[in-house]
Amino acid sequence: MRDEGIVRERIPRGAPVNRPMRYSQAPAAWLLMTPALAGLLLFLLLPFGLAVVLSFSNLRMGSPLPLEFVGLANYTLAFTDTGLTRALLNNLLFALVVVPVQTALGLALALLLNRPLAGRAVFRTLFFLPVVFPLSLVAVVWVLIFAPGPDGLLNAALGLLTFGGWEPRDFLNDPFWALPAVMLTSIWQGVGFQMVVLLAGLQAIPRQLYEAAAVDGASRWRQFLHVTLPGLRNPLIFVVIVTTILSFRVFDQVRIMTRGGPQDASNTVIHEMVRTAFDQGHVAMGAAMSVVFFLVILGIALVQRRLLRQRGEVS
Amino acid sequence: MNRWPRLRAALAYALLLAFTLLFVAPVLFMLVGSLKPDELVLAEAGTLRAFFPDTISLDNYRAVFERVPFGLYLASSLIINGLIVGLGLLVNAFAGYALARLRWWGREAMLALVLAVLVIPFEAIAIPLFYQLSWIGWRDDWLVQAIPFVANPLAIFLFYSFFLGLPRELEEAARVDGAGVLRTFFVIVVPNAKAAFASVAIVLFLFHWGMYLWPLLMTTSEAVRPLPLGIANFHTLPPLQWGDIMAFGVLMVLPVLILFVVFQRWFVRGVASTGIKG
Repeated sequence: MRDEGIVRERIPRGAPVNRPMRYSQAPAAWLLMTPALAGLLLFLLLPFGLAVVLSFSNLRMGSPLPLEFVGLANYTLAFTDTGLTRALLNNLLFALVVVPVQTALGLALALLLNRPLAGRAVFRTLFFLPVVFPLSLVAVVWVLIFAPGPDGLLNAALGLLTFGGWEPRDFLNDPFWALPAVMLTSIWQGVGFQMVVLLAGLQAIPRQLYEAAAVDGASRWRQFLHVTLPGLRNPLIFVVIVTTILSFRVFDQVRIMTRGGPQDASNTVIHEMVRTAFDQGHVAMGAAMSVVFFLVILGIALVQRRLLRQRGEVS
Repeated sequence: MNRWPRLRAALAYALLLAFTLLFVAPVLFMLVGSLKPDELVLAEAGTLRAFFPDTISLDNYRAVFERVPFGLYLASSLIINGLIVGLGLLVNAFAGYALARLRWWGREAMLALVLAVLVIPFEAIAIPLFYQLSWIGWRDDWLVQAIPFVANPLAIFLFYSFFLGLPRELEEAARVDGAGVLRTFFVIVVPNAKAAFASVAIVLFLFHWGMYLWPLLMTTSEAVRPLPLGIANFHTLPPLQWGDIMAFGVLMVLPVLILFVVFQRWFVRGVASTGIKG
């Protein structure tokens, strides 16, 4: 990331500036750009505009009513009459738990693997493995792990760890446990991503900094605080932001494991959007939820930009 | 600095092994479950037999093919992902090259557009896109699951960054020899950009192989449904046979695992550089 600015300065943008152009590059450039541009316009910008337009309408699948402009009705109703508010809170809770836990775990794994250990590559592969698993498969496997009754894998493991003190429960049908179960599944699948990004960040910290700190008599803990953490600033911001955004995009696990239940306890914004627009055919309301969801993501992206820019001003 | 080097190493290993157990247990559980008689998968889940079975058979794998059209799911997934990766490499590399190397009116605006749409997550447009394409009657086939994902702002940006860093002397030599833009691109640029093509291909494949929301919205016939939808439906198909479901899972992840083992370096690098994986 830091290299990019250097590269841009070294190589001037555009065509060779000092040499006379023998022919215009514009026709070729447009020829190369058109397929991608067409795709972005038709399948990204058009539906994006449509989301905004539809969110002010009364569109329902198979409804005989004429299409009308209804103002902000969908937005106000979405927050009062649907599961959206609860879903947003669930997503927020999801982010508040998963982001710190997954980042801390990823950092711990990266620190463990950032030392000359035999079998380091094997460990790294094993921890990264779940990242390549499709979420739908991960969700189905964890449904089995969370199986109710004393025979369920997790129930049995917890019973073993507590010497039989654990009361077996039906995690996915329990209003308290449903959301944490989805969180645990997501952490297991995603932590390898944090690990590889932070490991790359650790390896980019110059060794001399640690040597200098050691010469100055800094303890391991102080080295971690004053060399490692500042050196990991940008990778940490990156993984925290990416995980936060993913926390608001959660859908596959919820749809497969709990369908948002019980009583919306594990419902999420995207799940509520699909349920409203697709299962119930209320497209306009779903479009309004899409816009709300996008605004949340935009807010997170703006925070990221601000954090990274501060860094630029300091250095 | 290191007062107890051996103790530290032992501690690190102990921690790593503990984590390994946690990470590997679900995968092993799936693999072992796929080899056991259906009724034993859940019954033995609470015992060590969950990981060390006493009887092993491939019956569940046969059942997968008999009970659901697994071959069709696999074919659909391969076709859809082949289209996305194949066309995606071409279309996005074209755009990235035009943005990084050519001088043309509109370049700055196009670059700004690509960077701006990067922030739109697919979930934000899934519902209107579903409505838009249903409205023109385009749904329930392979193409509708692939074509909307060919042009990808992230892939364009990755190609753009890579082409910016390529030394331009080679291209200039080709131009001096009279080669046009397209010829220069295919003969000079593509062979020197294998790393970028590999990274983008893996990122596109990894992301779309697990795609679940879009096929859920757009397909109704089993013949065009991909594997993620297949396993989600299979896992609710009575009678619930966990051995069969785990066998489905193993078969489903096998193509990705093979690619992962062969191209591991690119996987890690690609994923680390983008962070698009859900």
